[in-house]
Amino acid sequence: MKSPANITPVLMPKWGLSMTKGLLSDWLVEEGTRISIGDEIMEVETDKIASAVEATDEGVLRRCVAVAGETYPVQALMGVLAAEEVGDADIDAFIDAYEVPQAEDDEDAETSQYEFVETSVGRIRYALRGDEGPVVVLIHGFGGDLDNWLFNIDALAEKTRVYAIDLPGHGQSIKQIEDPGLSGLANAVRAFMSTVEIDSAHLVGHSMGAAVAATVVSETPDLVQSLSLVSAAGLGVEINSAYIDGFVAAVSRRELKPVLLNLFADPSLVNRAMVDELLKYKRLDGVGDALTHLASNLFVDGRQKTILAEQISDLRTLVVWGSEDRVIPASHAINMKSAKVEVIEGAGHMVQMEKASRVNHLILAHILG
Amino acid sequence: MARNLSFKDAINEALDQEMSRDPTVIVMGEDIVGGTGSPGEADAWGGVLGVTKGLYAKHGDRLMDTPLSESAYIGAAVGAATCGLRPVAELMFLDFLGVCFDQIFNQAAKFRYMFGGKAETPVTIRAMVGGGFRAAAQHSQMLTPIITHIPGLKVVCASNAYDAKGLLIQSIRDNDPVIFCEHKNLYAHEVDVPEESYTIPFGEANIMRDGSDVTIVAYGLMVHRASEAAALLAGDGVECEVIDLRTLSPIDTETIIESVEKTGRLVCVDEANPRCSIAADVCATISQESFASLKAAPQMVTAPHSPVPFSPALEDLYIPGAGQIVDAVRKTLEA
Repeated sequence: MKSPANITPVLMPKWGLSMTKGLLSDWLVEEGTRISIGDEIMEVETDKIASAVEATDEGVLRRCVAVAGETYPVQALMGVLAAEEVGDADIDAFIDAYEVPQAEDDEDAETSQYEFVETSVGRIRYALRGDEGPVVVLIHGFGGDLDNWLFNIDALAEKTRVYAIDLPGHGQSIKQIEDPGLSGLANAVRAFMSTVEIDSAHLVGHSMGAAVAATVVSETPDLVQSLSLVSAAGLGVEINSAYIDGFVAAVSRRELKPVLLNLFADPSLVNRAMVDELLKYKRLDGVGDALTHLASNLFVDGRQKTILAEQISDLRTLVVWGSEDRVIPASHAINMKSAKVEVIEGAGHMVQMEKASRVNHLILAHILG
Repeated sequence: MARNLSFKDAINEALDQEMSRDPTVIVMGEDIVGGTGSPGEADAWGGVLGVTKGLYAKHGDRLMDTPLSESAYIGAAVGAATCGLRPVAELMFLDFLGVCFDQIFNQAAKFRYMFGGKAETPVTIRAMVGGGFRAAAQHSQMLTPIITHIPGLKVVCASNAYDAKGLLIQSIRDNDPVIFCEHKNLYAHEVDVPEESYTIPFGEANIMRDGSDVTIVAYGLMVHRASEAAALLAGDGVECEVIDLRTLSPIDTETIIESVEKTGRLVCVDEANPRCSIAADVCATISQESFASLKAAPQMVTAPHSPVPFSPALEDLYIPGAGQIVDAVRKTLEA
């Protein structure tokens, strides 16, 4: 629906394809508060994750339509942002006229949002969002999958064409990794790009995925237009090997949960659904071997084996880190001398989830800039 | 890649994948191919309810239709397991346990112990359990407590297709005798199941729903009744934590204790008869281990102490329903 230029609706977000409704746990600001872009305005909870919703526009929160403690469908009108000069009558009219858009048929949504492609390294799952603009490829970290970009992919897709992939050994891609190391995974990224006919792209990598992206740059610089490295591996030697070893070894909910707490500054984000989803992945045949081989090649004696900071210094690079990263220290950002570096307070290793709006702005500005 | 799959098809897929992966896996039982004398073509029955349909066409002689003698073929499966095969024997109905019980509880369950760990018996015995199928008193029982009582046996009773596939693969790969119980009224129930093989470890209960007021422990079909009850109660502001045991031996006591320490209230649901049931066992353990956490007496919701009736109206009354679970939960809240 078209909104008047000076009125911005605050909507129930859609995080991931299975989300149809969300619980408004609380408003984080009161009616009448002046809001800037990136301000946290409400706390939303789904069966999978809880997160603050950040403002994508500025204005005064003129009306809280939704009630804390209630559940609303995706895209429901939660509140209204507008300038002071907008009349109350206009705001009432806007609220009255607002209709929740019809949700897509679930099965259609599922098939259109996850896709599979046969590449030279085997079957790769990916998600594609956005039609126009520069091509972006999102690469998750060790043990992760494309849903690690749950809070990023749609925001980036507003101005770019975004592919998020599952690396081999991860998510729902092929479980066998031909050459379980950075080169092998970089090769998988290239195989994916060539299969879906991407000549060159802006690469965005998280953690190990950042090291994979950097490897693509160092081996085949022509394929990459810019790099965005989030909580990156490959920029320094230190790594929390207890996290890596614990993640690989954990077979039960009880073992995995404390390991996952290392990923977030806010431990309450690690809920049962997140642990259960990861266990489902870890229990697939072949995943244990893939992770074990990968870990033993990438992290030797508790240290990162490959440091790529020097080899990518010529490329336009953004480095983003959470100040409270307990897996890879944010101090590694210092090794990227020519890059634009942003360290975000109050976020951990999964900074792209914990401070999604901020990270999305930084990445978009970097890619479009 | 996950897709919707029924409980029955998940069992079939687990058997198929393990037979493809491991040439020592064999499947035997009454009519599992197509019945004695059938040509064993691809369109053969594949068991009384078609669970093993299509496997013969793929794996041929590694499936064996046996004579109608449970004592013979369960004994043969146990013996083959000690000699290097991984047999999956289908007992059809767990109600037939009586005629082959010695082979199970006095032989298979004892070998590892009596041979000082030198013997392994990697046999899986699949069997249908539970009521609601209008199959009368000799084909409808929930005899899980009897086998859970025996040390040396592992006992699985899944509530959904995802768990069924992972737990069956785990059962086949396990080096001890496993009794794998399949509720016949769940065969058509569908959930998302990955195409790939995967395992679910024994002794890890699944939390189906988080709640802070009352803990409901269940397994098999009763997990669905418990979830139904929890949804009804949530409408009145009562938040139940629903725990699916998944395996009865080993049993995940730790998860139940953790939950009861939070809620202080326990309702155990069991389709079995009440005396010496899984519900009685869990109530006793929690009363002993977590007495200080309990705010009310633990409640059991079970079938009555009687055979399963053949009358449809009586059978429906016999099997515990959401209404009884809601009442039991309310009782813990009155205290």
